[in-house]
This record gives sequence, structure tokens and C-alpha cells, in this order.
Amino acid sequence: MTTTRRELLAAALTAAAGAAATSDPSHAQEHDHDHDHDHEHQALPPDPALRVKALESILVAKGLVDPVALDALIDTYEHKVGPRNGARVVARAWTDGAFKQRLLTDGTAAVAELGYGGDPMIVVENTAKLHNLVVCTLCSCYPWPVLGLPPVWYKSAAYRSRSVIDPRGVLREFGLELGDDVEVRAWDSTADLRYLVLPERPPGTDGMNEEQLAGLVTRDAMVGVAKVTLPRKESHG
Amino acid sequence: MNGIHDMGGMQDMGPIQIERNEPVFHANWERRIFALFNAVDFQWPALRFQIESIPPADYLRMSYYERWAAALGPLVTQAGMVTQTEIDTGRAVGPANKKWHVLSAVEIATWNVPEAPASSKPTAGARFHSGQRVRARNINPPSHTRLPRYARGKVGTIERDGGIEAVQDTDVLGPKQQHVYCVRFTARDLWGERANRLDSVCVAIWEGYLEPV
Repeated sequence: MTTTRRELLAAALTAAAGAAATSDPSHAQEHDHDHDHDHEHQALPPDPALRVKALESILVAKGLVDPVALDALIDTYEHKVGPRNGARVVARAWTDGAFKQRLLTDGTAAVAELGYGGDPMIVVENTAKLHNLVVCTLCSCYPWPVLGLPPVWYKSAAYRSRSVIDPRGVLREFGLELGDDVEVRAWDSTADLRYLVLPERPPGTDGMNEEQLAGLVTRDAMVGVAKVTLPRKESHG
Repeated sequence: MNGIHDMGGMQDMGPIQIERNEPVFHANWERRIFALFNAVDFQWPALRFQIESIPPADYLRMSYYERWAAALGPLVTQAGMVTQTEIDTGRAVGPANKKWHVLSAVEIATWNVPEAPASSKPTAGARFHSGQRVRARNINPPSHTRLPRYARGKVGTIERDGGIEAVQDTDVLGPKQQHVYCVRFTARDLWGERANRLDSVCVAIWEGYLEPV
């Protein structure tokens, strides 16, 4: 498997060397043509894995990226930073009114109290009369420190395009039907500000502690495409 | 640039495909391009503009990380970081320019740690205040911009001041550090009478792109 790219490149190099070795000027055009053709195809590789491997190899070989840093990046965002962070923020806000107030006034500072930072944060509260949802129409900006990396649907053309013009239709696709008397407000992440939705605390959770509440909070609720609900069956009755 | 990436308000992109229990990455090469894109010494505006420059038909056909994979090659070659020949052969010709910063694992460990003291950026010197009516300028720069088309020329209300941030546009209007505001546009002002009268969209917009009404 790992030899495939080398074989391909070797074959290409041999062909190029052969063309270059022929001093017949009639081959020059042909070589140029092959060269251009080659570059066109590099814009759209049949296998991105090969392309990424080639880029990584040369960037590491030239000392432009540190392979230890690459592994650290992957480990951080695959295993360490994710929606559990945001769920802790939400659960704290549900159980501590003063924290909630600070969170809504200065999201960056309040989120930092729990040890999360890196992006300027604005936290918006969902209520019975106002439903917020977060989108990035231009790319895929997302609050990494509290939610980790975004799911594919968040980065999709369908979500990015329609969340601002038809947010109710989008929410319906996530199984959430909102009444006409509820304001729907979409937050488009067009600058460095990152948004987190503070969902409504579901009824029937009065006896739950902060950790149990955090366990209920989903990524989708913090993006604003779902509400937080209780599991259908409570094991402790 | 008025490109395909500026999608807000389009309606023909199909249903949203929701994957249950989705993994963070779907293939190992996605992990690698994610890491490379974050490790190379470019700022996000440059990375985004390179992605926006992918031809529209290709952009729509590609997955998210395929776009990153397609963008990284042109980015590093155009900047003179590596040559196309070096990528093709896998062999370095000459040393790398020392001007590039090499990201370390130690730095990554600080990324998600709050600054001390952590708070929203300063709000002094703001031209606009909450509740003020403003119009997003009608601009169409062929370079990188963060003002989406659907908001241009529209009148909205300053919902809140997000503090001072570095302007990301290649084609900066005014100073490089500007207040950025959440500007709330009613859905009816953006999309017409069929929109719900209560609904709205908040767009983060730099001061230089706003004018008083």
C-alpha cells in the first residue's frame, strides 16, 4: 500500500526524464503539455490520502512541520477537547445563577473559569420564546474549545446555506418543530467570535446534580439544533 | 470574493445528512490533513481564501477535508515554502527558509488554555452602540472578505459589541484592528415577507463594513 505512491512517482519521473533526455525540440511541446496536464490533475486528486501523504512527507523532510506536533494536534482534538467541555459549562449555568449571568454577559471570561479558552465566546440563551442556533455560512467556524471539531452536517452546504434563510425547516430536519410564536435567531460565525447555545434546562431535573445534568447535554443542543431532553427510561426510576 | 463558499441563503443544496454517533475523523488521511493545516505557518484567513479559490464545481463535489487537501499544496508552493517538484519527488531541494515558524506540541497544549485575565476584548472607542441602526456596506471585493452577500446593503440593529479583533479581510477597509459587532437583521428584511415576522439573523461584522443609518 505504501509503495503505491512511490511507484507512481517513480514511473512519472522516468517518463519525464525520458522526455527531457530527448533533445528533439518536437518533444518540448509534448513535455510541457504533460506537465500542465499533470498539474490539472493535482488540483483534483483521485485519492486525497496519497496527496496528503506527499505533502506531509515533504513538509516534515524540510523541517517545516514537527511530526510530534501533528500527533499532538490529532490527539487533542480527537480525544481531549469535545462537547463534554461545553456540557460542563451548561450544567454549571443551570445550577449557579451568578455563573449563568456572567456567562451571558462575558462568555469568554465565564468559560475560562472552567478552564476553557482560546476563542472569544458569546453564549446565547434559549428560552420558551427564543430559540438560537449557530451556523457558519462562509466556512465552518465552530467553538472548538467547548465543542471540539464540528460534525460533517455542520460543514455541509445544506446546513450552511439554509440555516439563515429557512432555520425552521432545518430544525424540522433535526426533529425539532417550533411554534410560530417562538423567535428563531441564527448566529452566523463570520468573525472570530464563537457562539455557544445555552439550552433550556429540561423539566423533571430538579433533583439532579451538576454532573448528572452535564450528562444530559448534547452537542446538538449546544449548536441549537435540538433541545435537551431526559432519557426515555430512567434506570433509577 | 463572491464565491460558492458564500452559501448563506441558497436553497437547493438538498437535505441535511445527519450521521448518528459520528466519529471525529472518518479516515486516517483526514487526521493528517487536519493536523497539517493547523501546523503550517499560515493564518486562517489565508487558509480560508485558498479553499474559497477552489473552482466551484470541485468545491461542491469535494468533502470538507478534501478541500483542505486540495488547498494545502497550492498554499505552500505559492508561498515558496516548498516547490511542486519537492512535493512530487518527496525529496527536499535545499533547506527550508527560516522565516517559517514551526509549531511545537508545547504550543498546542496552550491553545485551549484561557488567557489571564480572560475576558472579552476591550470595548473602548466603539463607533456604534447596542440598539443602533446600521447598514452593511454594499461591497464586492474580489479578495477574501467575511461580509456575506446576503447581508450587504441591508439595515440591521447592533445587538452587541464583540470587542476589538483583527480584521481578516485581505482588502482591509480602515485599521487592522476594529470593533466587531453582532448585527441583527430581521428575517423579513433579509428574505422578504414570507419569513416569520419574529425571526432574525445575527451576523458578526467589522466596523469598517458598517455605516450609520
